[in-house]
Amino acid sequence: MADGDAPLIEVKNLGVTLNTSRGPAQAVRGVSFALRRGETLGLVGESGCGKSVTALALMGLLPDSAVISGSIRLDGAELVGLPDSAYCKLRGNRISMIFQEPMTALNPMHTIGHQVAEPLLRHTGVSAAQARQEAIALLDRVGLPDASKRVDAYPHQFSGGQRQRITIAMALACQPDVLIADEPTTALDVTIQGQILDLIADLVAERGMSMILISHDLGVIAENVERMMVMYGGTVVESGETNAVFTRMGHPYTQGLFRARPRLGARKGTRLKTIAGTVPELADLPAGCTFADRCAIAEARCRAALPAVVDVGAAHGVRCIRTDVSMAAGGVGA
Amino acid sequence: MTMPDQPSPATPLLEVTDLAQRYTLPRESLFKPAAQVHALNGVTAQVMPGRSLGVVGESGSGKSTFARLVMALELPSAGQVSLLGRDLNRMPPDELRRARRDFQMVFQDPYGSLDPRQTIARIVAEPLTALGRIDRATLRERVAIVLRQVGLRDADMDKFPHEFSGGQRQRIAIARALITQPKLIVADEPVSALDVSVQAQVLNLMQDLQDEFGLSYILISHDLAVVDLLCDEIAVMYLGRIVEQGRPADLFAHSAHPYTRALLDAVPRARAGGVRRRRGAQPIGSQASAAAGCPYAPRCPLADQHCRETAPALRNVGDAHLAACHHTDAVMALPPVVAEAG
Repeated sequence: MADGDAPLIEVKNLGVTLNTSRGPAQAVRGVSFALRRGETLGLVGESGCGKSVTALALMGLLPDSAVISGSIRLDGAELVGLPDSAYCKLRGNRISMIFQEPMTALNPMHTIGHQVAEPLLRHTGVSAAQARQEAIALLDRVGLPDASKRVDAYPHQFSGGQRQRITIAMALACQPDVLIADEPTTALDVTIQGQILDLIADLVAERGMSMILISHDLGVIAENVERMMVMYGGTVVESGETNAVFTRMGHPYTQGLFRARPRLGARKGTRLKTIAGTVPELADLPAGCTFADRCAIAEARCRAALPAVVDVGAAHGVRCIRTDVSMAAGGVGA
Repeated sequence: MTMPDQPSPATPLLEVTDLAQRYTLPRESLFKPAAQVHALNGVTAQVMPGRSLGVVGESGSGKSTFARLVMALELPSAGQVSLLGRDLNRMPPDELRRARRDFQMVFQDPYGSLDPRQTIARIVAEPLTALGRIDRATLRERVAIVLRQVGLRDADMDKFPHEFSGGQRQRIAIARALITQPKLIVADEPVSALDVSVQAQVLNLMQDLQDEFGLSYILISHDLAVVDLLCDEIAVMYLGRIVEQGRPADLFAHSAHPYTRALLDAVPRARAGGVRRRRGAQPIGSQASAAAGCPYAPRCPLADQHCRETAPALRNVGDAHLAACHHTDAVMALPPVVAEAG
């Protein structure tokens, strides 16, 4: 194991340009973060903010037409520009991903045992019989009842929560260093969501993995990760320790997102504070701050250039030039 | 069961009595009778004009079956659905078709529920054209009016669904439901496919429309906060039964059923210092078995022998507050689940 202080995964100034029917779109700009072994990071944002594209870039799963700039280092080794054959050795082995839709992430034509054993057969030298035993052990660990009896069942024979457990077993098969969970509980009921998040948290602690949790749910982020990044229009608009961000939200978008949520105990007739306007098209992002068109406190210089990240606390950065106003107004709940 | 201590000032808009729905599963053995799923198991509820009922529960609790039966899209195995005093399932087909102007539905997926090959004008006008012949000019005028009511423009009429975002599509779906000037809109997870900021816009719109037209909603959702925001009364469903019913404030501050508490407790709280609260594994019960005893007993921390033998009936535990639990006193004595700071 590498020494504890060196980052396991280090992303510097990541940029992704996708080719769309409307021309090249800057899906991700200037994303940087580092994760040490055992650390957890949350990515929050709405559809089209670039959080899933960031995850796919880490997994090396972007289309060939995508242009990637910046650097992604795993244990010091550069991943950007790595040929696909080399990436195939990492994917499912050292970096794994849990996808949002357990209904579609599993192949309906193969037994679950086959699918959980596949990464083991591909990446480790085990025999088919050993892989099967290991698959049963993994399914057992993720809490699938009667794993040894149900290993030859097909995905349609399981409920949504059980299927998500199976995809988690697949992702964990080779004991990856980095686990990316992209909205792992969005398709599930709240009670099942709790169980799945408990399971992921246990496994992260047990195996010393680093985890990147992607979610649009601020509650899920608040309870499950140590650090978080809020993304909007392909850029990170706020990042910091989860507690620090929830205590003092600095970016008008983070504040808006927080206020727009319906919350328990808000009685009938309460009006939700909406964020005016809509998410910008990635193909024609504004030149300056990506949030300027929807921001209540935007001024001319916000539209001139992309704001730099301002430190508003220990390791708490906000990409806004008007934090003096946004954070003075009482912040959250104002 | 009715609520005896709430005098009814007017006739209810919707009255659902002892509604049950069973589906037959594929036969597993030639020699045994086919198993059945009890999707809905004796549900009784009322909606007064202009009031809204929220239905919450996990998948498999029967909430979508309830919606389909209220919309008279299926024939129930037992029980009645009456709208303004008329039993929907006893109406001749032609009369039912005309009665449908009074109740419309909004679906969960704004991408799947709009036909991609039809213009917005045709999609929105469809409930009207289904009611009878109507001339084109009047139709376009009616479409323009509802589009404006949901915050879209007249010019959007001749576009196609792919030209709109998810939130705008859900507005179109709401416009389609509004065009017949219904008294009741059944909305099955209307905002769960939308982003947080868009969700807020659609929820505000639904509130505005209710204020303006005195609509009633039946809101099916797994999100307790959404139901809390829009509804006057909430029914919590578990395995095809209502296990607790009452006003949101009573239900959330003084939950009388352990399942309601479990649901409330499972909602992640967006605040600093949010530590994971461990929940422990809870298997979901099976709908197929009509076993004796309380259906929630296998998951319930308070369950005892009595619970496993006798199913509790829904009974009054307060003013317009019903719960089906043998231990309501113990549950209500527990400190309330923390609400999110507003």
